[in-house]
Amino acid sequence: MSGSRRDFLKFSATAAVLAAAGGHLAASAAEAPPGAVGLLYDATLCIGCKSCMVNCKRVSSEPGGPLHRPGRGIPYEFREGDRVHDAPEDLSGRTVNIIKVYRQGTGMVKDRERDGYSFVKRQCMHCVEPACVSVCPVAALSKDPVTGVVGYAPDRCIGCRYCMLACPFGVPRFTWDTNDPRIVKCELCRHRYPDGGYAACCEFCPTGASLFGPVTELRREAEHRLTLSPGSEYAFPLGRIGSGRFSRNRVAGYHRHVYGLREAGGTQCLLLAGVPFALLGFNPGIGEEAYPQFTWNYIKKVPYLVGLLLVAGAAGRRLTAKDENDEEDI
Amino acid sequence: MKSVRLTGRRGVPAGISRRDFIKFCTAMAAVMGLPARMGPRIARAAVSPRRPSVIWLSAQECTGCTETLLRADHPTLATLILDLVSLDYSETLNSGAGLQAEEYRERMIRENEGRFILVCEGAIPVNDGGIYCQVGGRPVVEILKETAPKAAAVIAFGSCASWGGVPSADPNPTGATGVDRIVKDKPVINIPGCPPNPYNFLSTVLYYLTLGKLPELDGKGRPKFAYGRLIHENCERRPHFDAGRFAERFGDEGHRKGWCLYKLGCKGPETFNNCPTLRFNDVGVWPVNIGHPCFGCSEKGVGFAEPLFQPARPLYITPPTQFAKARPEPGRGASTLAAAAAGAAVGAAAVAAGVSLGKKDGGSGEE
Repeated sequence: MSGSRRDFLKFSATAAVLAAAGGHLAASAAEAPPGAVGLLYDATLCIGCKSCMVNCKRVSSEPGGPLHRPGRGIPYEFREGDRVHDAPEDLSGRTVNIIKVYRQGTGMVKDRERDGYSFVKRQCMHCVEPACVSVCPVAALSKDPVTGVVGYAPDRCIGCRYCMLACPFGVPRFTWDTNDPRIVKCELCRHRYPDGGYAACCEFCPTGASLFGPVTELRREAEHRLTLSPGSEYAFPLGRIGSGRFSRNRVAGYHRHVYGLREAGGTQCLLLAGVPFALLGFNPGIGEEAYPQFTWNYIKKVPYLVGLLLVAGAAGRRLTAKDENDEEDI
Repeated sequence: MKSVRLTGRRGVPAGISRRDFIKFCTAMAAVMGLPARMGPRIARAAVSPRRPSVIWLSAQECTGCTETLLRADHPTLATLILDLVSLDYSETLNSGAGLQAEEYRERMIRENEGRFILVCEGAIPVNDGGIYCQVGGRPVVEILKETAPKAAAVIAFGSCASWGGVPSADPNPTGATGVDRIVKDKPVINIPGCPPNPYNFLSTVLYYLTLGKLPELDGKGRPKFAYGRLIHENCERRPHFDAGRFAERFGDEGHRKGWCLYKLGCKGPETFNNCPTLRFNDVGVWPVNIGHPCFGCSEKGVGFAEPLFQPARPLYITPPTQFAKARPEPGRGASTLAAAAAGAAVGAAAVAAGVSLGKKDGGSGEE
């Protein structure tokens, strides 16, 4: 390890101070950064065309994307044969966005619990207080201070996969089948922002079921949709909020809940659907408390523990140093 | 017209070979979803001397439905109207005109009462006493009301006759309505489409001739053999939908490559018809394969009701697309545990039995 003893002591002292300050920050309810961006998925608009999955995979494989591996192209689920129908079973090291389906009975009516069906989009929810970031020992996962996007830095990752265990939504995945594995998850197409781009799933969604935009406006839009009367017509924004493109469509009967407003301390990706979210594969055990809060009471004591160990170690060395010098002399 | 018989040798219509005629009848059986052995039976029915009289009424229409029938090629129109059926009245195809034609219609209805097939083309206006469409000075709604009770079967041919079609588009000033809203005392077979496929009409007529009953109808009165599946299900562009490849605008790369037309407003996912499999004009064309989205002409509430280029709402998930399940299958932990417990019990019993057996053996050895 490089760095002097002096640097290490300085780091420990700073960490202790920061931890004390951070304790106060974390105690108050965290809010997404003012410039936070996110995504609103409306299952009642989704037609299951998988356009988001196809274009997600294509765009994510471009340089800077979570699936980009130099010289390896687009990672399809099946390496051989017909690639027209790329049919992932779940999120994986090759898939960071997937449309799944809930189907019951005859499955003939959309957005109905009995004898009906509903699509659901699964991807990283970009929590306001991400569990994956809090457990990462090397800060390979970090939350962008401006956009709030939870990003991944492969060159820092040590492959401990704590994030996979910590995430309440089961999002981070590991590329088990490569010899230089890494964590893979949706990074909300952050590599496209500098060029004015945004999330590919939203850009290529034909119905506006996936909508990109600032989190505050997405929350307003989601809550507004719950006030619309079923059967009435509404101009659903296409692509991103402020794109000026709309799709006029009939309002379906919503399950009266915006998923992601408070779940797991709030997420930057929100969902609306016509059926309860537990049926769409969201663990009903996920409460409203942010996941890092569960362990914070213990984690925040670590710097003090480190300080205590330093003191104890220094004292121990002082007590035993004379004997060592004697041995060296002999 | 009815007296004219152009029957050739051995009961086969003139102008075509017997082999071609049987082939046609078998093909018709396939369209109707009947087994191939029905072909000869259809042929017998088609050449029987009891050819049904057909009265073809025209209301608010563009004659497109008659035009589509003119383009039927197997059989040709002449075979159809002279040999398969006896087309006794049709404003477009009548040789006579004016009062003469009207008189002939009334006579044919009288002579074939209870036996003729009434086909209606075009919407029926009912506002202001139905004055917006009159034939021979009489509102067509009156003609329909007096003719329908005497017919053996009523077929509404085309979207206008089925529910109102184009003339019933908002604000519908003439009160255009479908035949089944006027004729209440007997089932009306709807064969919607703009235009409908002539073979769907022909198949329905032949089904009735052959089996003496109407084909199975769906909730909107359409024969299930023709309108049983969504256009989306059999569309040749469907793989592009499932793979998320869409033409974004007319003439772009995706459009030229034959990608899915959903984003251009294709109503295939909510329209029931057999266009993708039956096609038109005997040259294998239909709107989607020449690059225009389906506009839902055969679906009430879609065609002429929804904006032409507004994306559709797919009705339900149709094969072959596959999706992962949103929730994994519930586990079977409890039953596994029960099996393990049962296994343990069996094992324990076996051991106990073995021990007791061993003891007995040991005991006998000592004695």
